[in-house]
Amino acid sequence: MKYSVDDNGFYGRFGGAYVPEMLYPNVEELRQNYLNIMAEPDFQEEMQSLLRDYVGRPTPLYFAKRLSEKYNTNIYLKREDLNHTGAHKINNTIGQILLAKRLGKTRIIAETGAGQHGVATATVCALMNLECIVYMGEVDIERQAPNVARMKMLSATVVPATSGSRTLKDATNEAIRDWINNPEDTYYIIGSVVGPHPYPDMVARFQSVISEEMKAQLLEKTGNENPDYVVACVGGGSNAAGAFYHYLDRPEVKLVAVEAAGLGIDSGESAATSVLGKEGIIHGSRTLLMQTQDGQVTEPYSISAGLDYPGVGPLHAHLHKSGRAIFESITDEEALQAVLELTRLEGIIPALETAHALAAIGRLGAKPDEVVVINLSGRGDKDLATYLNRFNFDDK
Amino acid sequence: MTNRVQQLYAQKPKGLLSVYFTAGFPNLEDTVPIILELEKNGVDLIEIGMPFSDPLADGPTIQQSSEVAIRNGMTIPKLFAQLQDIRQHTQIPLVLMGYLNPVMQYGVERFLQKASELGIDGLILPDLPLSDYVREYKVVFERYKLSNIFLITPQTPERRIREIDTHTNGFIYMVSSASVTGGTSGQSVVNTTYFERVKGMGLRNPGIIGFGIHNQETFAQACHHASGAIIGSAFIKALAKEGSLSENIRTFIQSIRQKETA
Repeated sequence: MKYSVDDNGFYGRFGGAYVPEMLYPNVEELRQNYLNIMAEPDFQEEMQSLLRDYVGRPTPLYFAKRLSEKYNTNIYLKREDLNHTGAHKINNTIGQILLAKRLGKTRIIAETGAGQHGVATATVCALMNLECIVYMGEVDIERQAPNVARMKMLSATVVPATSGSRTLKDATNEAIRDWINNPEDTYYIIGSVVGPHPYPDMVARFQSVISEEMKAQLLEKTGNENPDYVVACVGGGSNAAGAFYHYLDRPEVKLVAVEAAGLGIDSGESAATSVLGKEGIIHGSRTLLMQTQDGQVTEPYSISAGLDYPGVGPLHAHLHKSGRAIFESITDEEALQAVLELTRLEGIIPALETAHALAAIGRLGAKPDEVVVINLSGRGDKDLATYLNRFNFDDK
Repeated sequence: MTNRVQQLYAQKPKGLLSVYFTAGFPNLEDTVPIILELEKNGVDLIEIGMPFSDPLADGPTIQQSSEVAIRNGMTIPKLFAQLQDIRQHTQIPLVLMGYLNPVMQYGVERFLQKASELGIDGLILPDLPLSDYVREYKVVFERYKLSNIFLITPQTPERRIREIDTHTNGFIYMVSSASVTGGTSGQSVVNTTYFERVKGMGLRNPGIIGFGIHNQETFAQACHHASGAIIGSAFIKALAKEGSLSENIRTFIQSIRQKETA
């Protein structure tokens, strides 16, 4: 079984580039150039130096002693939360902004759900002195206010997406429409492993630094590059793609993708695409998609804005269908409990998205001598309002 | 044997007026009355929009009409039921326009077969890639005598326009400028260099200009450079006005055709 993208942009039967003709020249330009540009020594040098000195890589691989004791196994946290801007998202925006510059683009657009990708994009735009427009669902603007403020402070324009469920899906629609309207000067930095080929592959490559570092760090700490489990949350799936990347062809490493069950898989308020979705086309890609019998995209729900997406990247659809990855789903309530657990056991406040991955630890059945790596994709600062609202700290 | 879209150009090579509307808008059962009224008012070709929840190539007007239509209960089976007897009432060329996902869920081949049985002449599926069409679907379209109409834009390279011209057989939908539908509010859609470049290529298929055509002036300009023009968003807005459907349609079409320039 092959898990990397094929020449036509497919992972098995998923992927491709289902875009209207208006987008074809831009997507084609990118497809023809991305691998060559990424292979250029000066591109690599500029990217590596920014990842090291600006982002703060490599991020630590931390042995979580108290968490390990609780679950009676060996749990390591890949600390993507310690990146500049507080999540893994910046690994990708650094790469794509350098690519955009080499393509001669002067105007940058992005979509964002939780706001982490929006902040990471606004950050690299400030760094490179490029105009930045971020599309964000109206609902998400409300629930992720600190990130909206950060983007504005970084001088990005935040445009509310007011159609549909007013979340990530709709923000992505608006960003795509902007690109249609501005085909010459604009580069679209997609934040996840979604969208038309080559985006899923390109974003996965930029995020693959996560598992590349994990291999070396695990070798040093455990004497083996391979853990028994790699666990990551999946909305579109960029942090999972990065954490899985170098282990895809090592079947002895179990890959666990954790989706948001929202109020419960059967509640009608969920974002667990692997369970509720069927094959379809969203945002230019053939993948698993939550939809009605008539092919209308369903409005998903999760407490976590970053997982509140009705599709999943085509790589993950392929990992699911082929059985290479195990898919779990975690409810809002379970995720919130995991936030408190990590905070109280390890002194780390995780993002709501990341908490879904943490909440799945108990389901792994990991043995005392096994090694589990959780990709700690982001920190929880942006979610403090939700946490304060949900937890009554006065009683504790 | 040719379909009605293919015959149209032979009968009327200039000044074609094509009108798009979203099926199920403003009301669920308006589909057939709108078609008949458009024909009565001298429209040459009708594009029936199949509403989709996430219409990427469309601006706010068609997005909103699609939302309303879906809420009203419009689906592909429902639309097909409404069009069951349409060919007993009109011979106007009819094209279905929509996005690939709902068609995929219905089943592409089953969809084409049913459309053909109902007397539909062609399809516009903006997110069906040319490569997929050629590889998987072209033979099926041809089997059912359906034209598959492709879009081109000012950014489409000449080589690709020629490739599209080879694989299509109805007309080429020339997107007037880089925009989603309904994007141009000004008086001009003149992108003369692009229109004349395409005109000068001597393509097999006639070109019809769409996106941003919204009044008599922009329609006349488009007709000057191509075989005709397509009006969508401006017509949807006219349908949303107070007053009866037939009155709104008559007033709007007359305003477009008032100084026919063909």
